[in-house]
Amino acid sequence: MSESIDRDLTLSVNGIAYPVSVDTSRNLLSVIRTEIGLTGTKEGCDDCECGACMVLLDGQPVNSCSYLAAQAAGREITTIEGVMDGQELHPLQRNLLEEGGVQCGFCTPGMIMSATALLARTPSPSDEEIRIGLSGNLCRCTGYAKIIAAVRRTADEA
Amino acid sequence: MSLLIATTLDDALAALAAGARPIAGGTDLVVGARHGKAPLPASLVAIDRIESLRTIDRSADGGLVIGAGVSHHTIETDATIGAEWSALADASALVGSPATRHVGTLGGNVMNGSPAMDTGAPLVVFGAEAELASAAGSRRVDMATLWVGPGRTSAAADELCVAIHLPARALRSGSAYLRLEYRRAMEIAVVGAAAAVTLTADGAVGSVRVALTAIAATIVEVTGLTGGSVADVAAAAQAAAADQATPISDLRASDRYRRHCIGVMARRAVEAAARRAAGETIAIPVNRAVGIGMAAGATS
Repeated sequence: MSESIDRDLTLSVNGIAYPVSVDTSRNLLSVIRTEIGLTGTKEGCDDCECGACMVLLDGQPVNSCSYLAAQAAGREITTIEGVMDGQELHPLQRNLLEEGGVQCGFCTPGMIMSATALLARTPSPSDEEIRIGLSGNLCRCTGYAKIIAAVRRTADEA
Repeated sequence: MSLLIATTLDDALAALAAGARPIAGGTDLVVGARHGKAPLPASLVAIDRIESLRTIDRSADGGLVIGAGVSHHTIETDATIGAEWSALADASALVGSPATRHVGTLGGNVMNGSPAMDTGAPLVVFGAEAELASAAGSRRVDMATLWVGPGRTSAAADELCVAIHLPARALRSGSAYLRLEYRRAMEIAVVGAAAAVTLTADGAVGSVRVALTAIAATIVEVTGLTGGSVADVAAAAQAAAADQATPISDLRASDRYRRHCIGVMARRAVEAAARRAAGETIAIPVNRAVGIGMAAGATS
């Protein structure tokens, strides 16, 4: 059934349904951060270039700064807050810390969401496939080598 | 603003007839609105959940019908497109980032009408047609008729691109799309070229089509090319592309640089298409195989 949305919609984020009332021109990033209150997803360039705002929509990576929140209604959204298993860090989180792939940390949530989508699709990626999988995410601290090593290690451990 | 999430084509076409504008992944529309390029339309109809727009079907004559809502990710990983319409897979594999390719669609790329669109030149060399539908019916137009200027198409406001029709691939034919880029993700073509080549039984070029990206107000086809040896045709394509280009200077490149590089891209596209036509497998996207945008030290 086609559905018309004026203001009220329900977003499913990390398995929890959040009813929100927003202008339908609002982007998904701002609704996740300011209406739902999950601030792990970051606003970097706000221009679909840097990937800090990356979330998963039905398991696929999406730049939430440039995606309408209303278009995400009825789909499953996963943010960085949804990757931990209880109090256990996700293997990507643990390996990014252990490999030194985190410095200021601002790009890290987006990196983890892109890497999660990559490993779900390609469990044993080549280094080239890891680079392509993270190619929509910028980091100004690490120089990327340690981030790639962390993804490599996560794939090797699985 | 109001948004209709359409699940049937009829609902979407009715919304367009009532003045709504279509949105799929939003990778041009939403980004453009946030840039201040154009405000979001007051009424939008989301077409990304219409299943009939997301199918890829073999046509009776051996061609392919690609739904306008098929994503770049699907195109770059589709075995049939990669093998038979390789240039289109080359192009979709270069669009944006994995995120852009998952939500961005072929129909969106075509109808956005950018002269720098990556899928446009491959569609021209294949002789593709766009199927436009409205509440009143549907029609097919060739790509040269569709694009009339930067960001402008000949489609009426109530017409939706529902599919791209690709003619059957000829025997001993191959295609390739190359793009000059400064970085390998979230990039827009500095210039680009697609070629489709059909070889004769003795390995010469029997027929060739070449189309160019980001060197004119729309995607344009190179005229005056004829058959001959692969080396001669590649050299002729290089000269003709540089001669026929009408590039602008902007922050991405000067007109002189674009004119020089479009010739190089055209020659390499013909060479790669001829190799594929001869049966060689060159991985998608061909950009990497010829060394454009390779990571330092990468071997694949």
